[in-house]
Amino acid sequence: MIEVRLFASFRAGREKIILLDASIYKTASDILFSLDIPEDEVAILLINGRHSKAYDTVKDGDIVALFPPVGGG
Amino acid sequence: MSTSYAGKLLRVNLSDSTLRTEDLDLELAEKYIGGRGLGTKILYDEGVATVDPLSAENKLLLMTGPLTGAIVPTGGRYMAITKSPLTGLIASSNSGGVWGARLKCAGWDGIIIEGAAASPMRLHIEDGNAELLPADGLWGKTSEETESELKGIYPKASVLNIGPGGESGSLLACIINEADRAAGRSGVGAVMGSKNLKAISVIASKSSVEPYDKEALAQGNKSALAMIKENGVTSGGLPTYGTAVLVNIINNIGSYPTKNWQESYDPDADLTSGETMTDHHLVKNTACHRCPIACGRVVKVGEKTVGGPEYEVLWAYGANCGVSDIEAIFEANYWCNELGIDAISTPCTIAAAMELYEKGFITDEECEGVPLKWGSTDAIVEWTKRMGYGETALGKLMAQGSYRLCEHYGQPDLSMSVKKQEMPAYDARGIQGIGINYATSNRGGCHVRGYLISPEILGLPEQLDRLATEGKAEWTKIFQDLTAVIDSSGMCLFTSFALGAPDYAELINAATGTSYNADTLLAAGERIYNLERLFNKAAGMESDADKLPKRLTDVPIAEGPSKGEISKIADTLPEYYEARGWKEAFPTEETIERLGL
Repeated sequence: MIEVRLFASFRAGREKIILLDASIYKTASDILFSLDIPEDEVAILLINGRHSKAYDTVKDGDIVALFPPVGGG
Repeated sequence: MSTSYAGKLLRVNLSDSTLRTEDLDLELAEKYIGGRGLGTKILYDEGVATVDPLSAENKLLLMTGPLTGAIVPTGGRYMAITKSPLTGLIASSNSGGVWGARLKCAGWDGIIIEGAAASPMRLHIEDGNAELLPADGLWGKTSEETESELKGIYPKASVLNIGPGGESGSLLACIINEADRAAGRSGVGAVMGSKNLKAISVIASKSSVEPYDKEALAQGNKSALAMIKENGVTSGGLPTYGTAVLVNIINNIGSYPTKNWQESYDPDADLTSGETMTDHHLVKNTACHRCPIACGRVVKVGEKTVGGPEYEVLWAYGANCGVSDIEAIFEANYWCNELGIDAISTPCTIAAAMELYEKGFITDEECEGVPLKWGSTDAIVEWTKRMGYGETALGKLMAQGSYRLCEHYGQPDLSMSVKKQEMPAYDARGIQGIGINYATSNRGGCHVRGYLISPEILGLPEQLDRLATEGKAEWTKIFQDLTAVIDSSGMCLFTSFALGAPDYAELINAATGTSYNADTLLAAGERIYNLERLFNKAAGMESDADKLPKRLTDVPIAEGPSKGEISKIADTLPEYYEARGWKEAFPTEETIERLGL
């Protein structure tokens, strides 16, 4: 399974954590398509805690975290 | 010709109760911009670097910038500049709210407070008039009580005060304005307390200052507002979730210090996140003077509606103390504001005490009924009160900060501090650039001198690899220099998510008549940063003081997404010194000459 964690406004109308079948999703882009999240709305895309791109591949056991533009200090 | 500088400084001598008006040296003001820069220049020139920070010889400057009181986004900030009793080095703490704008609109660029009163005093300013008054009845009162009492006398005033923390000499004491805005760090409130000055109330007839070029400033203001509105962080993330939205981000990269930095990932972090606060606890958000961002939070503690915690505070009382009860953090944060103690250093010191307790150095007897156990909500609230009021022997010791606490027990390496000031909420083992900033910050452990989190984590203005070291020294220098400019201008650092150096130059030029461009403005920031370093050198800073705690350089992160990482500060520090033109931590003669210092 791939664990997808959603944060901030991406949680509106969605679960905080979504488990996906790794045999279906090959890239982060596939996941965004399924969740109906436009790629240009994603400011931070983490795969296992590392900054990644939508075209990066995903595999069984990965944790994908998605954030819209946010900041602080 | 008008300029947004007021042209006047108020010098208050508390030893002999004299008040004096002095002309602002405009040439000097333009060279050091104002606020943090100009304040440091005045302190340096008046020989404050070598004095005992808690003696009458120290001076406390409350300074505005040229954009404080001007019609620009967030133009309302002031800075408290003094020699820090916590670090023994330069202190420069920045606060929002309204007080700074009122001071400027009343006709003052700043206040120089010197000497010490024999008994508690307060200062009241009404436009061009200022008077010192007895404050015996206010001594001992909390921020809210002090504000309420003075507002009862002067309904149109803004109030700045110290709480019991500053009165009792806590080295973590801050200066509070509008009851929950704080010049928070480096113990500036202890200096005010040592002078027996309880509060400053200010009434201003005007609501803005006259700029040099009204039309140009209006245009600059319009452009800046549009950029802030177009930026996803300043128009979406910050107003909706506040700074606390960082909890889940920093945790998910495994650089979220947990239990006094023994771990770097907290599986329960979402319980104390910005999302949780917004979804379940937020009453409303608030904005400081002329701020279109409105990142401030308002939450409930019991039946009271109070200021909510920032990211740093949720982290410091939360994961860093092993606590996941967000309402307990609201209460502890409330007491920091009420008692006037730093809401970063206070909980970080409690976290250090919890590790000392866990390891058997602090005994149950010393805890006097409130054991310092990880995750204890009672402990974070009660020890905050004990530290703020200076109660119990251990509470008094903890009120001096984590370094002195850990040193007392023979364990200085358990203090997660730089130059004796506690580091904030980003583990520098998993974010290499922020470690350079921590180590080289002139005021000790601090994130807002050069916020490398912006490029390393948030991807602004571009995404850097957080684990890489290449180029980070130069990035740190530029961010530190730009921050010195923004702080000195009187605007909020958060505008820099949307604005850049050319935008600040345009606003400052329109307000004051200067002719800065992006390069010369950054050079002014560099001048300020170097002057702070020269102040520190004169104050006795050692050349090996730019270092991180051993836990960050010698102990790899044990678990989580950044497992195995350590800080590579030994590699990056020489690069940083080279970028700065420093040798053995201090500016070379060539650098001093180049910057016109």
